[in-house]
This record gives sequence, structure tokens and C-alpha cells, in this order.
Amino acid sequence: MDSDLSPQDKKDLDKFIKFFALKTVQVIVQARLGEKICTRSSSSPTGSDWFNLAIKDIPEVTHEAKKALAGQLPGIGRSMCVEISLKTSEGDSMELETWCLEMNEKCDKDIKVSYTVYNRLSVLLKSLLAITRVTPAYKLSRKQGHDYVILYRIYFGEVQLSGLGEGFQTVRVGVVGTPVGTVTLSCAYRTNLAFMSNRQFERSAPIMGIIVDHFVDPPCSSQRPANMGQPCNYRAPDEEDGGPFAGVQDSQEVCTTSFSTSPPSQSIHHNSAHVLLPQALHAGKEGGVVLVPAHPPHGTDAHLTVEHAPNTPGSSGDDDGLSQSGEGRRDEGRRSVSPSDPVESLNAFTRKVGAFVNKPSTQVTASLDLPFAAFAPRGLDSEENDPMVQPPDSPPCPSPLQASLHSQGSEGSGQQDDFVMVDFRPAFSKDDLLPMDLGTFYREFQNPPQLASLSLHISSQSMADDLDSLPEKLAVYEKNIDEFDAFVDMLQ
Amino acid sequence: MNCRSEVLEVTVEARQVEEAMLALLHTILLHRSTGKFHYKKEGTYSIGTVGTLDIDCDFIDFTFVRVSSEELDRVIRKAVSEFKDALNNSGSDGMGQISLEFYQKKKSRWPFSDECIPWEVWSIKVNVVNLANEQERQICREKVGEKLGEKVINVVEVINRHEYLPKMPTQSEVDNVFDTSLKDVQPYLYKITYQITDSLGTSVSTTMRRLIKDTLAL
Repeated sequence: MDSDLSPQDKKDLDKFIKFFALKTVQVIVQARLGEKICTRSSSSPTGSDWFNLAIKDIPEVTHEAKKALAGQLPGIGRSMCVEISLKTSEGDSMELETWCLEMNEKCDKDIKVSYTVYNRLSVLLKSLLAITRVTPAYKLSRKQGHDYVILYRIYFGEVQLSGLGEGFQTVRVGVVGTPVGTVTLSCAYRTNLAFMSNRQFERSAPIMGIIVDHFVDPPCSSQRPANMGQPCNYRAPDEEDGGPFAGVQDSQEVCTTSFSTSPPSQSIHHNSAHVLLPQALHAGKEGGVVLVPAHPPHGTDAHLTVEHAPNTPGSSGDDDGLSQSGEGRRDEGRRSVSPSDPVESLNAFTRKVGAFVNKPSTQVTASLDLPFAAFAPRGLDSEENDPMVQPPDSPPCPSPLQASLHSQGSEGSGQQDDFVMVDFRPAFSKDDLLPMDLGTFYREFQNPPQLASLSLHISSQSMADDLDSLPEKLAVYEKNIDEFDAFVDMLQ
Repeated sequence: MNCRSEVLEVTVEARQVEEAMLALLHTILLHRSTGKFHYKKEGTYSIGTVGTLDIDCDFIDFTFVRVSSEELDRVIRKAVSEFKDALNNSGSDGMGQISLEFYQKKKSRWPFSDECIPWEVWSIKVNVVNLANEQERQICREKVGEKLGEKVINVVEVINRHEYLPKMPTQSEVDNVFDTSLKDVQPYLYKITYQITDSLGTSVSTTMRRLIKDTLAL
């Protein structure tokens, strides 16, 4: 069969098929990364863009593909398959589709390898680009993230479609006839997306709790079971990152970049302008399968609440402590233990931080990672220190308050933290640069203490007392009845 | 040589017309464009690289791939936009057809003008429907996405039959086969035309628009 094919043709054809297989894998895996692909057209050929298409080479994917091929080429009975599967965060997995690059026996002897076959392979790759966006797994892969991820697996040999469930559909991407057989590219995809709950869990794979695992080197990456896929979430490492795969790019052979306009009947291979420079394959850098870390690990949520922050002693609460309100504020914000000193509770009262304040209290939030951390619900102060119940002493002097009062709203129990404090600007008041202006006055005396006689406890007490003492009083009044009458007469 | 003719039909909502047409036209053009040719001595040439771009549709659950060329995109968008306006202005029935024709130029001697010989014509028939409520629109989004997927598979199927393609031209002939006006890619010579059908089904206004640089008649 090969006798009709010149050695140069055979060599070219093998090279085309090999790089076609590698590019096919790249297109499929990149289409399942979950991102939109964008490459640029270039009017000057660079020599490394096989099939005149700008398809990036992810080194890890090339490595996996070469490993699967193990130096062979897709041939009759030896298909290269890319299996795309979905894995949930609970560890269940499901095969979604299998892309097969096969070769059958139907040969096209008359076709010109370096010209027609090459161009048709190029068209087939374009078709693959289009079809990979059409199968159902594309939409799934665009939405991958916390709930599930998309994995790929490359294998060589017999096509296995049993994992696709019942009623799977097949779409043929295209065929290209060559003198040694017909290259066929097709996709079998699952239509029954109901989850197979009886599928056994992967034996030694780590539990995929959250997406964090994916972006770091999993400790058991080199011992991954053969049927476990690679995640389709590669992000290109920085330029400086050599990685174990840096050498793979260099080893790529320069692809055909030059064509002849001579009529097809002439043999093109004898044309001296034909640029095909075979280079030795660079085998040195193939190390273990280390997943190059892509994103930095997603940080654990910054669950910083006031309670968790380290408890630093507050400001001493001295008289002049108020003027050091900057530092005091920070400590107040982090304080989770109730201040015992009443003056300190005044500090707590006056240092409540509000949003939209004139003087943004950056000192408070600087210590916490969360914005508006000061609004995080803090532990309720015990009642004895609640200024509403036990009013603070009157402020020692007005001036130290000026710096801090503008940022205040009323303190209270923790429930008031939920409200957004707006700076209080009473009508007709002057700009509050002056001490003790209207706003200040309002705030200061906004929550006056309850009148003693109005407090329930005391009033009920007095009522009881009154009732008790009533008979005595009546007796006294009766005794003095004459005096009362004289008094009334005097008034009239 | 016979001209290959393919017909695709889609039923869409008014606001989906533009994206549906772009998706199909770009898919076809992706397969019918190559990199820029650079001719060298001894009758050889090298071919530039074609980049690709994923485009998400806003009104359809669909993503298509187009050639990475802003110039080409502008030309196609302009044509589709004119088609869409014509559809809107034609009346409530909303049936029309947009055609993408690939042709070769054959130089004739003076005084005859060059001939344009089509070798492949794609006709996309559009049927515009009006939907009553948001739920129907949501269903339509998904359904039209699926339909477009089927159409893309149809397109790919036809193209991969590898039927007639013009021969690769020599440098002097390249403008008879390819549109060399773009900076970054080189599609086969093409033209886009459209027709609007009225409710009676007859072609009321056969509007021909030439959207590529034609060689002028004499």
C-alpha cells in the first residue's frame, strides 16, 4: 500500500497526522476550559502554526496526548480518543462525550499529501472548532466552577462508549481521505444527563470539596488512577515559569509554511522552497505529571468577625484618651470584651463608627480585612455597661468630643449595628467645626436618663406606698379639717 | 461546473435575527477563509495564520466561532444589519432570505466585463415570529440555540464533503479567487445578498447589495 507513496510523502503524511492529532486534542480540551477562546490572525506565517490556524498549545495537554500516543499514530484499529467527563464536588462523575480520531481502510491514492490533505486537515480543524461549541458539554463546561468541574482523559486504542449512557448521539465532524486511509473525526455525546447515582466513587481521588483543590498541585497527582481525568481548567503559567513542560514547545517541528502554485500534477515535494525541518524530539523534560498551579488557591473566606479578632486592651479611657481617638477607635472596633470603666463605655458610646461619615475612620477598618468590619455584629455588652440603662457620666469636657462625635450615632445594643449611621446634621445649624453646636447638643442630650419618678419600678413602688399610707393621711387631714376650711375661706 | 447550493432555514424572534445570521454566516466564512498568501519566488507562496474567536450570543443560548478579523466582522455585520432593517420595514410577516455566494472571476476580453461564476451558494431562510410573553421568549432562546447548533452541524457536513474548490491561484490570478482586501485573512470571493418576501410569498423587493469590491464593468 505504501509503495505508491514516496518516502517524503509518507514522512509528511505521518507528521501531518501526528500534529493533527495533537491539535485536535488541544482544540477539544481548550473548548472545555470554561472560557472563551481568542487567538489572533497573523498575516505573516510564523512556522509553528500548524494547519495555518492559531491554536495555542497548552504544554500539559500536549504532554498527556503524547503520553497516550506513546510514539504511535492513529491507525486502523488504533483510535485516539478524548473523553470529557464531569465531576461534582461530592465526587460523583459522569462521562459526557468522547471525541474519536479514527482511521479506516478507505484510501485515496490520488490525493496530494502536502497540498490537499494538509488543507483539508485544516478545514477539519476549523469544523472541530465550530462543533465543540455545539455539543451539550460546551454549555456545561462554561458553567463549571463550584458545583462541578470538567475533566478530560486521552486514551489510545479501542473506542469505549459504554460510559455515555443510553441513547447517546453521534456527530461526525468530518473526514479526510489520505493515501493510507481515511481520517475520521467524530463525537459521541451523552443525551441522558440524569445523574448516575450508582456510579462508584473514584478510589483514591481526593474528595473534591471545593474548587480550591483544582488550582494547586494535588498531592497525589502523580498517582492518579488511570481512569481519572485531568481537569479542564488550565491557565497558562507566567512566562517566567519554566515548568517541566517548557521544553515541549521547542520540540515542535516547523510545519509546512510554503506551498507551490504549480499545477497539482507536478510533484510538490521536489520543490526546494518546501520548508520542513525535522528536529529531534526533545525528550528530556518529561517529568511526572505535575499540574502546574494555575490560579493561586482561592483563599478561605475572610470570616473575620469582631469576635475572632485578637482582643487588645482598649485605650485606657483616660480623659485624654478621647483625643487619641484614632487608636482608641481601632481597639474599640476589635474589642469583644465589654469595657468596665464607665468612661470607657462612654468611649464605646461615642466611638461608634458610621458609614458616610465626614471623617472616615480608616483606623478602625485597617485592622480587619473586611470592609465595614466595624458593622459586624459584636457581642452584646452586658447590661450593666449599656449606656442606655446606666447613663454615662456627663462628658468631662466638650472639646475632646469634637473629634469623635461627628462619627457617631447612638450606641445601643448590638441590634443597632444593623443600621447605617448617617451623619446627623440638624437643620439651621452651622457647620460643625465649632464645639457644642446644635448637632453636638442634640447628640449629647439625645438620650437623657429617665426621670426617676417615671421609671416603672419606682412608680409602682410609690403607688404601693401611697396606697398604704392613705389611711394615715386621711386621719391626719380629718384632724386638721378646721385649718383647711379656714384656708379655703381665705382664698375666696 | 455546477454551483453547489445549500439552504438553511431558521425561525427566530425579531431580536434574534442579527445574531442568528451572524452565527451562520461566520461559521461558513470560517471554513472558507485562509490566511493571507505571500507569494515568493519560484511560484511558491506561504499562508498566514487564521485566529479564531468565540462569540456568545446575547439573545440566543449559543456560542459560535468566527475568524479573528475585525474588518471581516464589520462587513458581515453591516450586511446583516441591512437585512434586519429590511425585514423590519417589510411588514409584520417577517420572511426573508439572506444569501452568501462564493464565486470566481473570469477575466473576459474587452469590451466584455468580467464574469462572476458562483461555485457555492448558501441561502439562509428566516422566518420571524412574535412571541407573547417572557416565558415563551425564554423557551425560544434555548430552542433557537439548539436549532443553530443543528445548522452548524449541517454546514460542517456539507463543507467536509470536500467537493469542488477553486484551484489555488498564481499570484496574478489571486484576486479572481480570493478577496485580498482584508489585512489579516483571505476569504474566497463572496457576496451577500438578500430578499424579503411579503405575506403572499412572492418576492416584492429583490434588493441586491454588493458588499465587496467588485471589479467595475469596464
